[in-house]
Formats: sequence, structure tokens, C-alpha cells
Amino acid sequence: MTTAFDILLRLLLWLLLAPLVPGIINKVKAWVAGRRGPPVLQLYYDLAKLWRKGVVLSTAVSPGHIAGTAVAWMALVLAALLLPAGPAGAPLAFRGDALLFVYLLALARFCTALAALDTGSAFEGMGAAREVSYAVLGEAAIITALIALSLQTGSVSLTTMLAPAAGAGAALLAAGLFAVLLAENCRVPFDDPNTHLELTMIHEVMVLDHSGPPLAAVLHGASLKLLMFSVLLVQAVLPAGELSPLTAACALAGSVLAVAVGVGLVESLLARLAFRRVPLLLTTAFLLCLFAALVSWRGGHL
Amino acid sequence: MSAPLEFALLSNGAGLPWTEVPEWPADDFVSATAAELDRGGRLCAWFGVPEGAQTRLVAVVAFDAENTLAVGRSEPIRDRHPSLTLRCPQAHLFEREVWEQHGVVPKGHPWLKPVRRQGNGQPAMGDFFEVEGSEIHEVAVGPVHAGIIEPGHFRFQCHGEEVLHLEIALGYQHRGVEEALTGGPHRATLNQLETVAGDTTIGHATAYAMVLEALAGTEAPLRAQWLRAVALELERLANHTGDLGALANDVAFLPTSAACGKIRGDFLNLTALICGNRFGRGLIRPGGCRHDLEAERAQQLAGRLRVALAEASEAATWLWDANSVRSRFEFTGAITAEQAEETGLVGPAARASGVVRDVRFDHPAGWHRFAQIPVAVWPSGDVLARAQVRWLEIQRSGKFLEEQIAAAPDGELRVTPGPSAADTLAVALVEGWRGEICHVALTDGDGRFRRYKMIDPSFHNWTGLALALRGQAISDFPLCNKSFNLSYCGFDL
Repeated sequence: MTTAFDILLRLLLWLLLAPLVPGIINKVKAWVAGRRGPPVLQLYYDLAKLWRKGVVLSTAVSPGHIAGTAVAWMALVLAALLLPAGPAGAPLAFRGDALLFVYLLALARFCTALAALDTGSAFEGMGAAREVSYAVLGEAAIITALIALSLQTGSVSLTTMLAPAAGAGAALLAAGLFAVLLAENCRVPFDDPNTHLELTMIHEVMVLDHSGPPLAAVLHGASLKLLMFSVLLVQAVLPAGELSPLTAACALAGSVLAVAVGVGLVESLLARLAFRRVPLLLTTAFLLCLFAALVSWRGGHL
Repeated sequence: MSAPLEFALLSNGAGLPWTEVPEWPADDFVSATAAELDRGGRLCAWFGVPEGAQTRLVAVVAFDAENTLAVGRSEPIRDRHPSLTLRCPQAHLFEREVWEQHGVVPKGHPWLKPVRRQGNGQPAMGDFFEVEGSEIHEVAVGPVHAGIIEPGHFRFQCHGEEVLHLEIALGYQHRGVEEALTGGPHRATLNQLETVAGDTTIGHATAYAMVLEALAGTEAPLRAQWLRAVALELERLANHTGDLGALANDVAFLPTSAACGKIRGDFLNLTALICGNRFGRGLIRPGGCRHDLEAERAQQLAGRLRVALAEASEAATWLWDANSVRSRFEFTGAITAEQAEETGLVGPAARASGVVRDVRFDHPAGWHRFAQIPVAVWPSGDVLARAQVRWLEIQRSGKFLEEQIAAAPDGELRVTPGPSAADTLAVALVEGWRGEICHVALTDGDGRFRRYKMIDPSFHNWTGLALALRGQAISDFPLCNKSFNLSYCGFDL
């Protein structure tokens, strides 16, 4: 009973905190541009509004459209349950959960793309094609990053992989994972979350035909993914294992905040990449993670 | 009577009795026009004038190097004439328009379809050019877009992310401006012309005023000409600044995008300082201007202009200094000088391809006869070039304004133009911020408009956008589109 209650509590924490991150990023962007910007809690208001709205569906869609969106959201929530949050640890942890984590993210992407293709719109097909093309490189980078952590700790469970002090390749890993974070969460310079131009979108164009609660699920899932990647990045490089639980929790929260501010600054100061250059940057991220893995592997013996 | 050899010459903002416009049979007229274009002319206007059940064609050709315009007309045509497009591609849209408006078929036209309407007033979709192949896919965008912009339909033939061909279908904003002018000028005419393209109020209103003054044989007082030139440059400053911001926004470059939106507003407010309207509505009247800019307000305007220009300079520096922006702008949507010449592009789009073409310089009228602005040219033809030309023009217009505001001529602001001459053709060209605005009026026996033709620069330049997209990534379309920033309503009329 306590475990179920415990899991539920942590789940709620993940779900409730997630929409805060895009709010912080938008606030940073607004400050840099000299605007007041939307409130930090804007996404909460949007989600509440969308939840009360009706659903408009294209006549071409099958039930798979809604199902795909729902499965994508649930896959992300499950992935969140596997990810340890500092001293609190993960609600669910077992040997090999790192692999399940990666597969759940892939499942979420697959279902989102499927729901997009289901609308039969040329735009959404184009967006799905772009999303999965770039995912090939993004996933390679994140798997390599996990291999680096695994080599460093000799474990394949996220809780033990992310707990200890930073390894020798922490700087490389941080750079690689930050680039992956930007790409996976469709931030500048890979994508522009604020654009209204259908033809330039990657992720956003896949959800153009969503409305009401399904759109709320998509937006919430996206914010959850962003929070997960921030937490993963921070824990992969922050030597929180040696701190007291309270300090570690504060350090984790502060670092996630710092990541959000960093994303906001990148978006404020960089222009978007042309599509043909995106693979270049993603390959760089992959190489950074690869070198982090090499350092983890041989670093101890030098 | 033997056929005349050449077109009749006139200058910008002048009129010519209809009987003095040389006339050819249809076939010879097309050849004569082609000959004029071959010897360095540029087609400014090509339109039909109904004559009973038949139609006369009229051509206005500009010789930029010689600062003259030339006009010619055909004998009434019943149903067809050989196509001019085959020899001079810049006529392709004009011939489609004449076919749509008067039913005269340009025989041999390679792509004859409506430009604005078809059937009972529906927008001109028609059949689109299709590329065949198993890996070719078609993307249809619009007329309803995700942003708050005007309606237009774009049809892409793509191979993966690469665009093979783009075809643009417009006409969603057709309001019947030209039709409404027949028998005019009416009481509402000036207000209608101020909103032909809302962001080019000064440009179109100035062209209209010049046409009426030419028909009446008068000229606006010097002080009014001066004020019109000031307002025209303010309009250019506001729109070019807005465009730089919009270009930055399209590549998600926040600093310039955020700053330019504000600075554009500052420039618009300077126009409001003159006449009380940010777009300059109500400022220009045939015979002069309705609002004056006395020394005190001129002083205020100059001060605020200096501040806004300094801010614009800062915002532009951020844009040029960002490597990430440069990598998006460079080599994107390039148009060669040959393509620009062949399709008859005008304005910043032509100048960005290295073509020296500017009505203020080539066909100076009004105040521009006394105060010149250097033509801003950039050679590369890509998005970067179109952005750079805008920035050069912001700087030069700013300098022009600083000099001219201090050099205001004295005198009255407005005269009453007399009645329009009967059976006369008048032509006015104005370099609006988008490029050449051409208004042509033909009066009947009572001095009323028998035919009023206007050509917004967008009419010339939409073809340029379609060309720029060839072989580009479809994801770069919004950026290319913004770099041209053409008017939908100016085209649709």
C-alpha cells in the first residue's frame, strides 16, 4: 500500500512540475527581448483551457489518431517513473530499466508520428518524416550517453547509473546531452517552438490537427519530456551522490532551473539551423557522447 | 497610313493625347512592343481598353537608362493576337490578365490560366503544373495560413525536402478596384486607392495624385512635392525595418526580431506626426497635401527620427553579426540578374540581384528631380542580398530625410487641379517601398476615367518568388517569402 501511494505521489510530482519548465524558458526569452512575457504558469492555464474544450477531428482519421496520442503520453509518464529524481530515487527500478527508458521514449515518438500520419495531411506526413529522420541521430547519441554512464558505474539500472559522483567524461557528456535535449524537445537551433510557419516545423507540424484534450496531452507530454531530459542531464554530470539528501535535492532543482535558463538563453541568442545542417550538429552530439564513453571506459586506467 | 516605327515618348507623370499614341494592327503591335523591349525597354504596363465589343491593347515601356517612357496601342482586337510572352517572358502575367479581363487570347501563351478569378468570381485556382514520378509529392499551402497574413495558395511539387516547382494562385482578395474606377474619379476613389495595398498608402496615393495632376496639366506645389517625398521615405523606413525584424523572426533570431517590431512602430508614428495616421491616410490629395509639416514639428520629427535610426542600426548590427543568421540567409533563394531582367522584377528584389532599377533614380518626378538618393544594389540575389538592400535603403532614406527635413521649400501646400483633359493618357511611376508602382489613366470625352490601370510591384515580383524556390528546401519557403514580402491585396486589386 505504501509503495503504491509512494509511486502515485512521485508521479503526481512529475506531472505537476513539468509544465513549469517551458514557462521558465519563455520568461527568460522575454527578459532578453525586453518584453514582460507570459506568466510562468501559462502552460497550466493553457492545459486547463484545452481540457475543457471539445475535440475537432478530421474526417480522415481512424481511432488510432486518439489512441496514438494517448499511448505516447502514457509512454512518457512510464519513462518518468523509471527516472530517479535525486535523493528520492526512482519509483520503479530494476536491472536493465535504462533500456526500457530509451524504448519508452522511442515508443512515444512512434505513436506521435503514427497519429500524425493518420490525419492524411501532407504537412503532418512531412513533419513525421523529419521527426523520425532526426531521431535516428538523436537516439544514437542518447544511447551512447547511457553506455558511457553504464561503463562508468558498471550498472544498467538508471538509479545506480545516475547516483554517484561525476565521471571523467562529465563535461563531454554534458555538452552532448544538452544538444540532444535541444533536439529532442524541438528547441532552437533545431526547431522553433514558437513558429507559426507550417513548412518549417518539425515537431509542431505533427500536432497541427490535434485539438482539445488530445492537444493538452501532447503539450503536457512535451513538457514532461523536457523536464526528464533536464533531470537526466543534470544527474549524469552532477556529483550529487556525495551530498546530503536535502542539499542534493536543492542542487538538483537549482541545476534543472539552470538548464531551463540555458535553453532560454540559447533560444534568445541563436538563429535556427537550416535543415540540412541539423544532422551535423546531432552527429557532433553523438561524437561527444562517444568520447565520453571512451573516457569512461579507459579513463580509469590512464 | 503606314505603320509607325516607334512608340511615343513621354516622361514620368506626364500625359499624352490618346490620338498621339501610335497604333498598329495586333500582330505588328506585338512585334513593335517586342522590338522596344529588345532594345532595353521594360514592360511597365500591358492592358486592354474596351472599344465596343472589341479590345485595344496598350503597352507602357520604360527605358530606365534614358529616363523615358514609351507608349503604343493596337487597333481593336476581336479575339486573339500572337503572344508576346514567347519573345519576352516578362509579359506572361500581363497577357493572362488581359485574357481574363477581356477574353482576348494570346495565341501560343505557354501557361494560359486566370490570374485572379475564374468562373463566377471564385479565386483563380485553375490547373496546376504537376511533376510526375513515384517519389514526387505535392504540398498545398493556404489560402488559410497558420499566421495572421493575407490569403494566397501555394502549390509545391517536391522531391523529399527539395522544391522542384512552385506555383502561386492568388485572387482571394479581389475587390474590383479597377472596375470601380471606370467613370471616375468618384468621391470614394482616393480612399479606395489609399487601401489598394494598405502598407503602401503613400505610394499609391502619390501615383494617383500624379496621374490627376498630369491629366489636369498642373503640378503640385513644391512644398507638397517635398512632403510627399518625406512621407514616401518614412513609409519605406517603417516597412523595411519591419521586414528585417520579420526575417529575423523567421530564423528564430530573437534580438533583432523583438527590436524591429518596436522600431517599425516608431517610424509609423513619425508619419502619424505629420498627418495623424500611422499609414499616411489622408495626407496626399490631388493638387498637393492636406497636412503641413511646420518647422516646429519638423524639428520634432528629425529628433525622433535620429533616435529611431540609431536603434535600427543597433538591431541590424546584431543581425549581421550573428553567424547563425548569416548561414541561413546566404545562398538561400538566389535569383540571378538574368532571371530578374527576364521576368521584369522591380524594387528591392531586382536590386538585390544586382539590377540597378529605381524609379526615384531612373524616372525622377516631383521632389526627386531635386534631391536624389543613391540606388542600393547588392549582387548575390539571395535572402541575404534582399535583407542587405533593405538595410542600405534604411540608411540612405534616413540620411535623405535628415537632409531634406532641414531643407523644406516655402510656399503653398495645395492647389486645386483643374478638370481632367479629355481623351488623354497619363502615366505615373512611383518607387514605393516594394518597388515600382505604375498607374495609367485614360480619359473619355468628358475627362472621366475610361480605363484606369494600376500595377502594384507585387504583380511583377510574385514570379520572382516562384523562381527563387526552385531547388530550395521547402522549409526555406517562409524565409524566401518574407524576403520578398509581397502584397496579396495589391496583386488582387
